[in-house]
Amino acid sequence: MSASLQRGVNAFKEVIDAPVAAFFASCVHCGLCAESCLFYTETGDPQYTPIHKLEPLRRVWQQEYTLLGRLAKLVGLAKPVTDAELAAWSPLVYDSCSMCGRCSMVCPVGNDITLMIRKMREGMAAAGHAPEGLVTATQRSIQSGSPAGVKWVTVQAQIKRMQKQFGIDIPVNLENADYLVLMSSWEILNYPEYLGSVGRILDNAGATWTLSEHAYEATNSGIQIGVSDLARELVGRIVKAAEDLKVKCVISPECGHAYTALRWEGPNLMGRRFGFEVKHILEVLDDLRRSGRLKLKGSIDKPLTYHDPCQISRRGGVHQQPRALLRQIAPQFREMSDPGVMNWCCGGGGGVSANERAEPLRTIAFKRKKAQIEKLGVNTVVTSCANCRVVIEEALEHYHMNIELLGLTELVAEHLAED
Amino acid sequence: MSGLELLTWARGPGLVLAVGICIFGVILRLIEILALGRQADLASPRQNSTGSGWRTIFTRSLPPPGMLRRAPLTYLGGYVFHIGMAIAVFFFVPHIELFRGLLGLRWPGLPNPLVDIASIAAIIALLALLVGRLVDPVKRLLTNAGDWLAWALTFVPLITGYSAYHHLFENYTLTLAVHIVSVELLLVLLPFSKLFHVFSLFIARWYNGEISGRKGVAS
Amino acid sequence: MNRPADNTLRIALSDAGISRRDFLGFCATLAAAYALPASSVIVIAAALENASRTSVIWLSFQECTGCTESLTRSHTPTIEGLILEQVSLDYHHTLQAASGEAAERAREESMRANAGKYLLVVDGSVPLGNPGYSTIAGVSNFDMLMETAKGAAAVIAVGTCAAYGGLPAAQPNPTGAVPVSQLIKDKPVINVPGCPPIPVVITGVLAHFLTFGTLPELDGRGRPTIFYGESIHDRCYRRPSYDQGKFAESFDDEGARKGWCLFKLGCKGPVTHNACATTKWNNGVSFPIQSGHGCLGCAEPDFWDMGSFYKALSMPATPVRKAVAGAAAAGVGAGVAVAFANRAKKAAAKAAHETVKVEDLTKKP
Repeated sequence: MSASLQRGVNAFKEVIDAPVAAFFASCVHCGLCAESCLFYTETGDPQYTPIHKLEPLRRVWQQEYTLLGRLAKLVGLAKPVTDAELAAWSPLVYDSCSMCGRCSMVCPVGNDITLMIRKMREGMAAAGHAPEGLVTATQRSIQSGSPAGVKWVTVQAQIKRMQKQFGIDIPVNLENADYLVLMSSWEILNYPEYLGSVGRILDNAGATWTLSEHAYEATNSGIQIGVSDLARELVGRIVKAAEDLKVKCVISPECGHAYTALRWEGPNLMGRRFGFEVKHILEVLDDLRRSGRLKLKGSIDKPLTYHDPCQISRRGGVHQQPRALLRQIAPQFREMSDPGVMNWCCGGGGGVSANERAEPLRTIAFKRKKAQIEKLGVNTVVTSCANCRVVIEEALEHYHMNIELLGLTELVAEHLAED
Repeated sequence: MSGLELLTWARGPGLVLAVGICIFGVILRLIEILALGRQADLASPRQNSTGSGWRTIFTRSLPPPGMLRRAPLTYLGGYVFHIGMAIAVFFFVPHIELFRGLLGLRWPGLPNPLVDIASIAAIIALLALLVGRLVDPVKRLLTNAGDWLAWALTFVPLITGYSAYHHLFENYTLTLAVHIVSVELLLVLLPFSKLFHVFSLFIARWYNGEISGRKGVAS
Repeated sequence: MNRPADNTLRIALSDAGISRRDFLGFCATLAAAYALPASSVIVIAAALENASRTSVIWLSFQECTGCTESLTRSHTPTIEGLILEQVSLDYHHTLQAASGEAAERAREESMRANAGKYLLVVDGSVPLGNPGYSTIAGVSNFDMLMETAKGAAAVIAVGTCAAYGGLPAAQPNPTGAVPVSQLIKDKPVINVPGCPPIPVVITGVLAHFLTFGTLPELDGRGRPTIFYGESIHDRCYRRPSYDQGKFAESFDDEGARKGWCLFKLGCKGPVTHNACATTKWNNGVSFPIQSGHGCLGCAEPDFWDMGSFYKALSMPATPVRKAVAGAAAAGVGAGVAVAFANRAKKAAAKAAHETVKVEDLTKKP
C-alpha cells in the first residue's frame, strides 16, 4: 500500500462514525437516490447513483467496523481498497456530486449520503485523488487567501469603486462593529455591487459594520476538496479576524458553501464555539426587515423566480427569508417546481465549478434547471449564491437562454426606502 | 426426517436457536453501530431540534414531492410489499399466537381472507420488485449477492406460508415445517444482511432528521 | 364358499341382536371409505358374512390396553367387536381364556398351523433397551415379535405405540422403545396409529383383508390412505370459523360455547391425519373437537413431545425466554467487545492522522 493510499484509508477510518455506520447498514439498494440526483436524471448513467459513489468508503466501514467484515478480512475474503479504485472513483466523488443534499432528503431509510460524500472526500484528498482544479483552488486559498487568487489590493480597488458608486463609507478593520462583512472571490471580481449593497442596507439600518484586511474571503476550498485540516486553517483566519475585531456577527456572503463552512462546520473544525454569531446575509436582511430597520419601496414589475442555493436552503435552513424579502418587492414572484428544500442544484456546487474536469458533466446537469426555468416561463431568476450565479450564467450562455439573473441582496438594496 | 419431526424441531429447538441468534445479532449490531459514536455538534442549532429526528422516522416513510412519479414501481412495490407482509406477519391469528407465546402480548387478528389478500399482494409486489431489480440499470449496478439472498429470505416464508395455508402441496405438515424453518433462517440472517435495515433505518432516519433539524430543515 | 359355516358372522350378528340393516349400513360405510361403488356393499357383506376364520395373533407389548379397549368397548356388542371375534383370535393375552403355558402353546400352534397365512396384530412398542423391560412368559418383546412375525402374512401395528413408538418412546425414551416397522422389514406392516385408533379403522383394515384378501392402499407411512389421507383440520366442522378468524380463547368463553375454532387452545388438527372428524367415535356420536376439546394429535408420531396440548400450533413448543436472555447477554457481550475493538481502531486512526498540507494534495501515488 502506497503511503498516500494509507493516509487515505486512514482518513476513511477516522471519519466513519455512528451515523455513517447506521447509513451503510440501512441501505437496501433501492436506487431512489439516483432518481433524486441531477447527475443521474440528466445523464441516465447509473454510475452517478449517489450511494454508489461511496462504495470504497462502505467497504472500509464493512471491513474495519463490522464483526462479520472483520472476520472476512481476517480470513482474506475482503476486497481491499486500492489506488486504482480510488482513482476510478474520483470523478464520481468530485465531478458528479455537488453535495446538494437532495439524495439525503429522498433516501427512504434516511441516509445522509451527502454527509458521507463530504467525509469520503477526506480520504480521497489525503490519498491524492482530488481533481486538479480543486487542488489548485485550495492551494491558492491557503497561499493567497482566495481560491481565485484575489489579493487585498484588488479588494481595496473595489472598495474605492463601491464607495464612489454607492456613496457610502466602507470601514476596514473597525473594532466592535455589529457586523463583519465577508465576500466570496466571485463577489469581489464579478459582483462587487454586493459590497455596496450590503453597506447601504446596513448603514441605513443604523448598524455598524466593517471589512477585515485579514479575512475578506469567505469561501473555503478545504470544505469542498474535503480536507478538514485546510478548512480549519481557512475558517481560523476568519475566526481570528472576527475575534480580534470583536464583532458581534459575521455575515456570510451570497455564497453557499461559505455558509456551510463558517456556520455549520466552522465551530466543529475549530473545536469550539465562536465568540460571535454567524449569519447568512439573507438572515441579516430578514432580521432587519422584521425589526423594521429594513424598509423597502417600489416593486419589480415582471415575473421572476428564485433559485434556492442548496447550501443555503436545503443544507443551511435559509429558505423562508428570501421568500419573505421577495414578496415585499416582487408581486409577480413565482415558485419554480420543487422549491425550497427540495430544489434542484445548478450543477456547480460542492467544488464542481472549480473542477475543470467536471465541466462537460456540469453543463449536462444544468438541463434540469433549464427545464425548470423554461417550464415556469419567467425571464428573471433571482438567487443568493455567487457560485450559483456564475454557473448559471455560463450555462445560460451555453444554452443560448435569454434569462436575466439577479442577486437578491442587490435587488433588496435597489428597493431600499432610504430615510 | 418427516414433516412432523421437522415441524416439532422448528417449533422447539429450531425456534429457540433462531430467536437466540437473531437477538444476539441485533444487539451486537446495534451496539456495533452506536458505539462508534459521533462528535457533539458545536454549531449552535438554528432552532431547538428536539423531536426532529423522531419526526423524520415517520415522515421518511412518505415519498418526497415528485419522487412517486419518478420511481412508481419502487415506491408502490415497496409499500404493497411492506404493508402486505406486515399484515400477514402481525395479523394472521396463528402468528399472533406465536407472538403471545414469545412476548406475552396479544392483539386482535384479521379474518383469514383479508390476510390472504395481503399475502398475495406482498408476493406479487416482491416479484415485481425482483423484475425491477433485474431490469433497472441503477438497481442492477447496486445489486450484489446480499440482495438476492435478502429477497429469497423474504420471499420463501411468504410463499411457503401461502402454500401451507392453501394446502398447495400434498404434505401440509411438511409445508408448514418448511415455512417455519424459512422464517427461522430469515431471523438468523436478519442481523447480518441488509435486512437489518428493519432496525437500523430508525437510527439512520433519526440521525438524518436530527442533523437537518438543527439547521432548520425538516428532512 | 357354498355353505356358510356355523360360526360365521351372520349367525353371530343375529345372536347378538344386530339387524341386517345395521350390518349393511356398516358395510356401506366401509365401501364409501374405500371409495368402492355402491354395488360392492353386497360383495363386502357377503364376504364378511361368509368369511372363513382367518387366524389372528395379537401381541401386546409396551401398551396400555387402550387399543383393545377401543376395539372391544366393554358391554355393548358392536359390529366392529363382532368382526374381531369372528376372526380366529388365536392369541390375545387380554381376551383369551387360556393363561400361562397353555396360552403360549395356542400361539405356537396357530403359527404352525397357519404358517404364512395368519395376520399378526401388534399393539404397544418394543423396548430395545433392556430385554427385561417387557417380557411375556419370560420371552422378550423383541424375540416374540421376530419369532411370530416370521410366518405372518402381514403385520398390523395397531395404535400409536406400535406404529410410532408412542408414549413409551416419548422423551427421553427410557426403554429404547421402537415401532414395529423399524424391526419388521421383510413383509407389509400396516400402521393404524391413534391413541387409541378409531375402532372402524382397525376393523376396516381387517375387513379389507377378509373381503379382498389384500391390504388396503397405504401411504408413505404405511397408513391406510383412506383413513389417514386428510387432516382433522381439513374435515373439521369448525373449519369455517378458523377461516373467519373466530376463535375460542378459553374453554368456557362465548366462542367456546358458540363452537368456534379451538386453534388458540392448542388444537393439533391441522397437522393430525386421522378420520375422527368424519367417522367420529362411539358409533358416530362425537369426536374430541365436537366435545369442545382440541385435537391432541394422538395419531401422529411424537405427539407427546410436540409441546403443550394447550399451546397453539404456532406457539413455541419449548420455552424461549431463557434462550432469549442468554442470547441478549451474549449479544451485549459481543457487542461491547466489538465496540471496544472498533473504538480502539478509530482512535488509532486518529492518532495516525498526519495533518494534510496543500503539498500533499498533489502527491500522486
